[in-house]
Amino acid sequence: MGAWDDIIGQTDAVELLTDASRNPQAMTHAWLITGPPGSGRSNLAYAFAKALLSRVPGGDEHTDQQVDARTHPDLTSLSTSKVIISIDEVRHLVTGASYAPSVGRYRVLVVEDADRMAERTSNVLLKALEEPPERTVWILCAPSEADLIPTIRSRVRSVRLRVPDVTEVAALLQRRDGVDAETAERAARHAQNHIGMAHRLATDETARQRRDETLRVALTVRTVSDAVVGAATLLELAGSDASAYTEQRDAEEREHALRSLGIEPGKPVPPALRAQIRGLEEEQKRRATRSLRDGIDRILVDLQSVYRDIALLQFGIDDTIINRELLPHLRQSAESSSQASTMATLDAIATARHRIEGNVAPALALEAMLVAAQR
Amino acid sequence: MAAARTTNARGGAKPAGKVAIPQVSWNQIRPAPVVLVSGPQGFLADRAMKSLREFLRAEDPALEVSDVAADGYTRGELASLASPSLFGEPRLVRVSAVEKCSDDFLEDALRYLESPPEGATVILRHGGGVRGKKLLDAIRAAKGVALEVVCADLKKDAEKYEFAQAEFQLAGKSIRAAALRAIVAAFSDDLAELASACQQLIADTADEITEATVAKYYGGRVETNAFSVADAAIAGRYGEALVGLRHALDSGADPVPIVAAFASKIRTMAKVSGAGGSTGDLARRFGLAPWQVERARRDLRGWTDEGLGRTIQLVAETDAAVKGQGRDPVFALERMVTGIASRGRSLR
Repeated sequence: MGAWDDIIGQTDAVELLTDASRNPQAMTHAWLITGPPGSGRSNLAYAFAKALLSRVPGGDEHTDQQVDARTHPDLTSLSTSKVIISIDEVRHLVTGASYAPSVGRYRVLVVEDADRMAERTSNVLLKALEEPPERTVWILCAPSEADLIPTIRSRVRSVRLRVPDVTEVAALLQRRDGVDAETAERAARHAQNHIGMAHRLATDETARQRRDETLRVALTVRTVSDAVVGAATLLELAGSDASAYTEQRDAEEREHALRSLGIEPGKPVPPALRAQIRGLEEEQKRRATRSLRDGIDRILVDLQSVYRDIALLQFGIDDTIINRELLPHLRQSAESSSQASTMATLDAIATARHRIEGNVAPALALEAMLVAAQR
Repeated sequence: MAAARTTNARGGAKPAGKVAIPQVSWNQIRPAPVVLVSGPQGFLADRAMKSLREFLRAEDPALEVSDVAADGYTRGELASLASPSLFGEPRLVRVSAVEKCSDDFLEDALRYLESPPEGATVILRHGGGVRGKKLLDAIRAAKGVALEVVCADLKKDAEKYEFAQAEFQLAGKSIRAAALRAIVAAFSDDLAELASACQQLIADTADEITEATVAKYYGGRVETNAFSVADAAIAGRYGEALVGLRHALDSGADPVPIVAAFASKIRTMAKVSGAGGSTGDLARRFGLAPWQVERARRDLRGWTDEGLGRTIQLVAETDAAVKGQGRDPVFALERMVTGIASRGRSLR
C-alpha cells in the first residue's frame, strides 16, 4: 500500500479510490478530486494513478518511481506554473487521450489545476470526456466543483477531500521530513493545515521570518501613511517569497537552454537564437506573475489567520488560536477594537484577494486593505 | 530664426566625434554634394528635404529625382543613380532609412563620399541610433563636401511656441500672443498636427489672427493626460477635472492607466502625509525625487488622513471596476474623480 502512505486524513477518499482501482465495477472513466488548497489533491491523484497503472495489485516499486518522475509511458500530466492553462496545452492532451495504454491497464491523464482553464479551454476537454476511449482515465483536480463549468461537472465522478487537522499534518511532517515535534506542530498550525505550506514553514527558516514580518507589518498600521508604506513592505515580502521559488529554477532553465542550443557559458547569444531565449524568458515572466500572485495570496491568508484570532478573542474563545506566539499582541488588539471593525477587516482581506485575482494592481489592493485594517 | 537657434544650440543628437562640416537647422538647408538629415523628428526632416528639392528644381527644372531605401539596398545603386548622364542634368538622390542601412550601402556610401560626382546631390536621412556610425563620422569629417541638417525633437513648450511663431512669420501673417499660446496648447502632442493647424489658419484668415479665430477653429480641443486630470481633482477643481477626464477619454486615453496615474499620485501623498522631516530626508526614505515630495506636500493642503484613506479605497475599487469587475469603466472613473475632488468627504 506504499502509494497511499503520504495521504493523510482522507480515509474515505482513499478507500473509495482503492476499491475503484481493484474492482472494474466501481471504476469510471473520469474523476474530479476537489478539496481546499493543501489538502493533497494532486498527491492523491498521483497515488490513484500509481494504483491504476501498476501491474500487480497493491502497487509495484517500478511503476511508483516512474509516476513520481512523471515518466510513465501511460501517464500524461498537465499542471501549470502560469496563471492559466492555455488552450493549446489541452488540445495536445486531448490528442494523446485516444491512444491505448502501452504497458499498464489504463492510460491516465492528470490535470492538476483544472480550475485554471478558461471556459473555451474547458470545452476542448468536454469532447474527450463525453466520448471516452475505452481504457482512458481522466483525473482532474480543483479546489471546488464550482470551479469547473457545469457541463464538465456532470461528466465526472467527484471525490471530496476534507482538511486534515493540525495533529495529522504535524505527524506527517515528523514522519516524512524528520522535523521535531514542536516545530512540526507550529508549522502545521501556522500553515492552517496546508500540507505544502507547513512543509515549507517547518524546513525553511527564511519563510518563517517572512511570515512573522508580514504579521508585524499588519498589526502596526496606525495611519494612512503607515498603510501605504506597509503595503510596499508586504509587496516586497511577497516578491522575495516568490523569487525564492522561481529564481533558481529560472537560472537552471536558462543554462539548460543555452547548453542545448550549443552556446558556451558567458558567450553572447547569436541573433538567430535570440528568439528562442526570448521565448523562454517570456515563459518565465508569466510564471513570475503567477508566483507573485501566489505569494501575495499566502500573505493575505496569513493575515486572515491573525484577524480570525482577534475575532475569536473578541467573542471570548481562546483555545483554537492559530498565532499563539502573538497572544499578548492579539489580546491588546482585541480589546482596542470592536467586533464590527475586525469583521470589516476580514472582509477587506477577502476583497483584496478577489481583486488581485481580477488583475487589480497588487500594491493598490494591499493599500486599500491595510487602510481598512488600521486601528 | 528663433526656432533655428534653439535647435542648433543643442547640436543634434550626437555631439560625439569631430565635426568639420556645417550643422544647420531644418529651415536653413542648402545644396551640398552630400546632405545628411539626422535626428528623430521626421516631420521637420521631410520639410527640409522638400524645401531642398524645390530649391534645386527652381534652379533647373530638368532635375532628376530618385529615391533609394538604405535597408533594402543593392550594391552599386548609389553610384549608378548619381553618376552624370548624357545631357548633364542635375541629380537628386534621396536615401531613406540610413539608420537601418545594409552593409553594402555602408561601403558604397563611404566610397561615394571620397569622390562625389559633379552635379549630384545626395540626401541621407538618418533617424537616429548607432547603426552606420562609421558613415556618419566620415560625413561629419568630409569638410567642403557635406552638410548636416539636425532635426531634433521639439520637447519644450517654448520650442513649439517658437516653431508656430516662425510658421506665421514665414507666411507674413500676424498673430496675437494669446492666440499663439492657445493653438500650441491645443496641439502639444504632434508637431505635424500643429504645423497643419497653423497652415489652416494662415490659409483661411485674411487679417490678424486672434484668440477668437483660434477658438472658432479649434475651440474645446484640449490635449490632456491622466496626470493633469489627477492634479485638478486632487486640488479640488471638480469641474475642470471632469472636463479634463472627458477630453482624455475622447482623445484615446485608456481608463486603466488613468487609474494608475491617480493611484501613484495619491500613494505619494499618503507616504508623505504621515512623515515629518526635511524634503531631502523624505525623498531618501521613500525613494522619491525631492520635487515629488514638495509637490505632494502642496497637494496635501486641505486633505485629512481619513479622506486620504477613503480615497485609496475608492481608487482600488475603481481599478477593479475598470478591469472588468464593474459594468461601466467611464462611470467608475467619474465617480472616482468626484470622490477625490471632494477630498474624500463625499464618500460614505
